[in-house]
Amino acid sequence: MRGLIAARVGMGFLTLAVISALLFFATDCLPGDVAAALLGPQATPEALATIRASLRLGEPAGLRYVHWLAAVLHGDFGRSLATGRSVVAMLRPRFQNTLALAGLAAIVAVPLALGLGVAAAMRAGGRLDRAVSTLCLLTISVPEFFIGYLLILLFSVQLGWLPSLAVLHGGMSLAQRLGAITLPTITLVLVVLAHMVRMTRAAILSVMSAPYIEMALLKGLTRGSLVLRHALPNAAAPIIAVVALNLGYLVVGVVVVEVVFVYPGAGQLMVDAVGKRDLPLVQACGLAFAATYVGLNLVADIVAMLVNPRLRRA
Amino acid sequence: MSRSAVVVAIILTAALFAPWLAPYGEAQFVGGVWDPPSVRHLLGTDNLGRDMLTRLIFGARNTVSIAGLATTLAVGLGVALGFLAAALGGWVDALVSRGVEILLSIPVLISALMVLAALGNSLAVLIATIGLLESTRVYTIARAIARTIVVREFVAAARLRGEGLVWVLAREILPNALPALAAETGLRFSFIFLFIASLSFLGLGIQPPAADWGSMVRENAPAINFGLIAPLYPATAIALLTIGVNRLVDRYLAAESRPGAA
Amino acid sequence: MSPPLARREFLRAAALCGAAGAVGGMASLSGCAVPDGGGDTTGMLRIGMAGGSTSDSLDPRTYVDWMPINIGYQLMNGLVEIDAEGRAVPELLESWEPEGDARVWTFKLRQGIVFHNGKSLTPEDVIYSINLHRGRTPSAAQAVVENIVALRKLDATRIQITLAGADAELPATLSDYRLLVVPDGFEDWAHPIGTGGYTLEVFEPGVRCITRKVGGYWKPNAAHVEAIQVLSIGDAIARTNALISGQVDVINRIDGRTADLMRRNPRFQVIRSQTGQYAVFAMNCEAEPYANADIRLALKYAIDRERLLKTVLNGYGTVGNDQPIPPNNPYFAKDLAAHTYDPDKARHHLRKAGRERLDVALDVSDAAFFGALDAAILYQGAAAEAGITLHVRRRPADGYWSAVWMQAPFCGSYSDGRTTVDGALAKAYKSTSASNETRWRRPEFDRLANLARGELDPARRRELYGVCQHMICDDGGALIPLFMDHIEAGSDKVRGWQPSAIYDLMGQRIGERVWLA
Repeated sequence: MRGLIAARVGMGFLTLAVISALLFFATDCLPGDVAAALLGPQATPEALATIRASLRLGEPAGLRYVHWLAAVLHGDFGRSLATGRSVVAMLRPRFQNTLALAGLAAIVAVPLALGLGVAAAMRAGGRLDRAVSTLCLLTISVPEFFIGYLLILLFSVQLGWLPSLAVLHGGMSLAQRLGAITLPTITLVLVVLAHMVRMTRAAILSVMSAPYIEMALLKGLTRGSLVLRHALPNAAAPIIAVVALNLGYLVVGVVVVEVVFVYPGAGQLMVDAVGKRDLPLVQACGLAFAATYVGLNLVADIVAMLVNPRLRRA
Repeated sequence: MSRSAVVVAIILTAALFAPWLAPYGEAQFVGGVWDPPSVRHLLGTDNLGRDMLTRLIFGARNTVSIAGLATTLAVGLGVALGFLAAALGGWVDALVSRGVEILLSIPVLISALMVLAALGNSLAVLIATIGLLESTRVYTIARAIARTIVVREFVAAARLRGEGLVWVLAREILPNALPALAAETGLRFSFIFLFIASLSFLGLGIQPPAADWGSMVRENAPAINFGLIAPLYPATAIALLTIGVNRLVDRYLAAESRPGAA
Repeated sequence: MSPPLARREFLRAAALCGAAGAVGGMASLSGCAVPDGGGDTTGMLRIGMAGGSTSDSLDPRTYVDWMPINIGYQLMNGLVEIDAEGRAVPELLESWEPEGDARVWTFKLRQGIVFHNGKSLTPEDVIYSINLHRGRTPSAAQAVVENIVALRKLDATRIQITLAGADAELPATLSDYRLLVVPDGFEDWAHPIGTGGYTLEVFEPGVRCITRKVGGYWKPNAAHVEAIQVLSIGDAIARTNALISGQVDVINRIDGRTADLMRRNPRFQVIRSQTGQYAVFAMNCEAEPYANADIRLALKYAIDRERLLKTVLNGYGTVGNDQPIPPNNPYFAKDLAAHTYDPDKARHHLRKAGRERLDVALDVSDAAFFGALDAAILYQGAAAEAGITLHVRRRPADGYWSAVWMQAPFCGSYSDGRTTVDGALAKAYKSTSASNETRWRRPEFDRLANLARGELDPARRRELYGVCQHMICDDGGALIPLFMDHIEAGSDKVRGWQPSAIYDLMGQRIGERVWLA
């Protein structure tokens, strides 16, 4: 197992390198550059040339990438082309915000989803099952921004219980932060719940049809114990995969929620960076996101192996 | 027939026969902005004064077809690669899984812009892009399931008997993975529905004035602040289709999961 | 997201009628406000605005969008202000005098003004601040000050500006929001020092900014609130919700329907300004088929402008007539041919060009102007009646101004209002302009426009500008269907809020103008 982890971590760095190259050249190929984005459409050619010279944009892309890579290997992620500020200083607080929101949503959503999925599977076809299924299917039918708008309409505008803006800043107390972050969290929970619930339910149901389950039933095991100790571990694989996918989404894919709630997360930072063609910032955000997925995939595979010992031999 | 089947059938009929069923033209302006329902406009008008019912019917045609094709592509590709990676293991698994990681890590915005810049805008490009990006998620799940099945004794027995790889995949792995994959396919169809709208918003895919349910929710969303329910019509349509399709999946799962059925 | 309204320079001629006024509120705001925490919030004006980005800087050379401009005016002062009627009034420049032909101007500096760091304002500071944008400088305002060939100090209170071409409205030109005054040699843009009413306390680009009153502000009847907080809220619905739920006092950039909704509620006031910003579908006059003047006219008659005004802007604007000077401008030519929707006339012009039908593509994005996509779809429907098949191509907002604008032969674009007529014409209609999006080049037009710019006699100017407008309207490649009002809204607690003649939020000076009841 240890060797496996080491190999995966090694490959993880390779993956990060490939992603950094892809992002760099892809963003570089998009129309426009940081000079045009900074000065706007009214810029004179001289002004554009001055900025381009000072940022060394004239060098070929390959060379610029190599410079960037060399710096990164020394731990220097460089400065934003648009503002001159340190990239790490710009990204760190935003990424922390993203992780905070993702973490809170995950802590609520994952246990809830597993619980609902198991409950629905145990009483498949019953009223609870149908209610849970309908709720889940409704939430995935509605775009995330619309869920956000509806929640804001209800809780901020009509009831006035919660703020509609999730802008966080230094002077806020913990209670204020939690209050600001509540609606975005609920939105995200609703968004990711369905996938995990439905997959849990399907996985358990498919395992329940196996002969050894019938055997255990005949032996007199209660349904609860049956599901938890026999069905769940065998159904774990797809459930773990779905949870990992959704955790990844919570970190990387929630720009829309950031926009609706004006939450200062890393998603919006990356969108701005791409829009300004601010390559060092794009790279840093991209690497942060990629590291998240690589890490989650690694953890998911390890957990799958822990749950199902047979996989360790593979 | 069950209620879900009826709902899905109605939507499919609308999709197939849209030009004959729709009361007005897809791009025809018939009234003011967000007019309330009336005899001439059963669901009122949309944000530009077009008949909402007409737009829903044409939206069925546009979106269901694209979503159907993209889902087929995503599931087919994801399952095939996932099973192969699980069955072959070793460097095949490592390579494909890393490739999938890379695709998952690149934010959708950048992928969409890159595709647009490189390949231009067309329905084929849209379907291929969605199919490829969504297949990564199907791959992750398919691979996870297949790995647990591959290590079980009956598979080893089959390999020892000399059965080929494809036979093992089709006869041993697929049936056991089917329930979870069926659930995933049903959900994936719904996700793709909304993904189409996101990509159209970015400029890739459905061009105006073609109707698309997901985009209709976005275009009509501001009406909510005025107490108007215009966006709820396309949202309900999506919900009905989602619930219908996934209920059908449920019925299939229920039939397959009776103890002893394997 | 919000269109890049501030990337353009600004239009205004000398006198301008004010816009429709605000709807005052009577009842007090019922509190469901949630305190936003951090610091003393009594007497704090909270603004939620579109136009911020994480790459914002407070360096005036980089001001291309609203939020840094708004903050800039809290911290620093400009040379000249534009009042509510559109006239140039003194700010740090107290008075001005042109020499005979308006090529040389003498400006007198206001005395007794002190920067936040205690330094007194001298002509060197003004010269340095203007020179930031001249020469080999990466400034977005370079085109504005291009006309200046010499800038020198005459004595301790006066400076002299020499121009390449005469400009009778130089003071209005100098009101550009990037020409803010900082001490001579200043470069620390993370902590700007200015002569404004407030100093910087917190600045998180693209998120929020807090400034605090210094006291002893030289400007009479200004800087009332103790502190100002500006939040960047790019999503229009999020902005509206923030106002309704009491988290901000002022929001900008709301659409026409939301404006009606707000007006019905006595807790809020709505301010509507006519600043001359316009939407345009620009045809490349050097490309086929737009090179043919009759094709251009056919396309101009094939759009239903009234319907666009009603559907896209909900009436908050004026119908445009394919030239950039708005109807409420004193130099507006009243005798222009109205290009009202007329499919028959369109067909007539098509036939004159030798065609029965026309098939063209129009590239748009909501980055071009608010509602551009909807406007294009409506245009598509209207043009079909005239035998014109218009393919609407939705392009990504990202990179629109690099990849589509000035590249696609028929595309959506936009212009903010300008402080001078010449500013509006120079930007996109003179042959020498780098942003001449229609590539319409007429040396006669250039000659007349430059003549008018230097003409000090108002009657003669009006005549000359009239001819210019006719040329653009009849022959130009710009299809301008709408002038769009700026609409902003806020709680009725905010007092002293007026419509403005340029940009929104009182020319972005709302921070120092209003007070809280």
